[in-house]
Amino acid sequence: MELVNEILQTVLSGISIGCVYGLVALGFVLIFKATEVINFAQGELLMLGAFISYSLITMLNFPYWTALLVTVIFMGFFGTLLERTVLRSLVGEPVYAIVIVTIGISFFLRSVVSMVPGWGTDTYGFQTPFTEKFVRTGELVVSWEYLAIVLITTALILVLFAFFRFTRVGTAMRATSQNQLAAVYMGISVTRVFSLTWTIAAALGGIGGILLSPITFVHMNMGFIGLKAFPAAVLGGFGSLPGAIVGGLIIGITESLAGFYLPEGWKDIAAWIILIGVLVIRPQGLFGIQEKKKV
Amino acid sequence: MSLLKVRNIETYYGPIMAIKGISFDVQEGAIVTILGANGAGKTTILKTISGVMDPEKGTIEFMDQRIEGMPPDRVVRMGISQVPEGREVFHDLTVKENLMMGAYVRKDRAGIQKDLQMVYDYFPILGERTAQYAGDMSGGEQQMIVIARALMARPKLMLLDEPSLGLSPRLVKEIYEIIVRINKEQKTTLLLVEQNAPMALSVASHGFVLELGRIVMDDTCEELLANEDVKEFYLGIKEESVRGSRRWKRKKKWR
Repeated sequence: MELVNEILQTVLSGISIGCVYGLVALGFVLIFKATEVINFAQGELLMLGAFISYSLITMLNFPYWTALLVTVIFMGFFGTLLERTVLRSLVGEPVYAIVIVTIGISFFLRSVVSMVPGWGTDTYGFQTPFTEKFVRTGELVVSWEYLAIVLITTALILVLFAFFRFTRVGTAMRATSQNQLAAVYMGISVTRVFSLTWTIAAALGGIGGILLSPITFVHMNMGFIGLKAFPAAVLGGFGSLPGAIVGGLIIGITESLAGFYLPEGWKDIAAWIILIGVLVIRPQGLFGIQEKKKV
Repeated sequence: MSLLKVRNIETYYGPIMAIKGISFDVQEGAIVTILGANGAGKTTILKTISGVMDPEKGTIEFMDQRIEGMPPDRVVRMGISQVPEGREVFHDLTVKENLMMGAYVRKDRAGIQKDLQMVYDYFPILGERTAQYAGDMSGGEQQMIVIARALMARPKLMLLDEPSLGLSPRLVKEIYEIIVRINKEQKTTLLLVEQNAPMALSVASHGFVLELGRIVMDDTCEELLANEDVKEFYLGIKEESVRGSRRWKRKKKWR
């Protein structure tokens, strides 16, 4: 019984961290599907979101939920701004050049954060409504902080799913990722779609940041979570939205189990071992589809 | 009345001049066809009209408004929709979603629903398979989706780029019958680019022959059908004559 609880608890914390990986991976996949660019600043968007929410909660005394909302809106605007100012002028340039620019953005964001008064290179934390609250069922004790991540992520995924499935703009975004030229002929403004994609990806990063903060605390190098989310996205098939979430969960759970049961150091390479293993068997990833074209 | 007036447009692919100063008119309510071999510049003309490519020189007027160089989404809003070459469906969208994307620029929900029914009347097979993914449909069905999708925008002018490409003769005939019906019943003006000259000339009222980026003939389809050069080079009908075996020596009159 003890062992079962122990495993359950490890898996659950893996699931919740996996949700955050999934959110960051979603950001990767969304931008990749729309623009064929891999945004290596996705982790830094999460970091920025975490710092924003930290400031709102500790410095300006915002309630948690208000802070969450404001962070999401702010990050959404930030994503739009980033697209308008930097990425729009690069449309049509070689993909590798744009990818390098996103790496540049990630360094830029990290240095900016280290220079802002009150942020800097230290580690911070903040109170959430879930701090020090637990759910007990028998022997099993689960922290609300972990549960909240899972619940909020689930809600978010449902909203995203409904948006892409049922709304006009969401369908147009899917259409654009499938066939850009045909989308242009429909009167869909591709630049608007790109812009909106960055908005959504940055907002997702912001939510990831606020969710992750209670667990890893807020610091300048939070963005390195991208190094775990990237294999999650690849694992899911890089192009599949559900795949990104499932990939995130798999990596979160493995990592958590590896950290608990395996010797020190295995935790950080577990994600990559799983990734290599899966790709050997299924090169297109779990949910990937090999491009088929009917002639 | 001229719905579309094209004057002296020149369009380049990088350094290559694909269209070398073309002028023509499309009358309202007509079916007009552009004939020409591969690489003559047919598709480029359509792309220039729809705003996907910008002309270096020249003007395009649609309903007395200049549209050259306009972004493609605004051209669609003005009432020009294109049926691109090669069945460019959204393969992971259902048939219905594909059609709804055609109506992307429209806001009148009731009108869209009505047109959805209209489109299903023209293409009953689409009405039976609304929930199927477009990528899983056959080539002919995909061509129907693309035409139906363009129709959903309620265009005044529809640009059709080789709707017969890669389809069986029976299907080509079927699709052309529908195209003619659309023109008659919906009063949609059609600009039709084709390699299948017999088909195009049989439905259109006016035609242009395009060679290497220039219009070399501009006439009614009856005249074009009677023309010796069109007969030989586009319709493949060769009159038996003494010189028939020395075709390579014959000069086309327009050169």
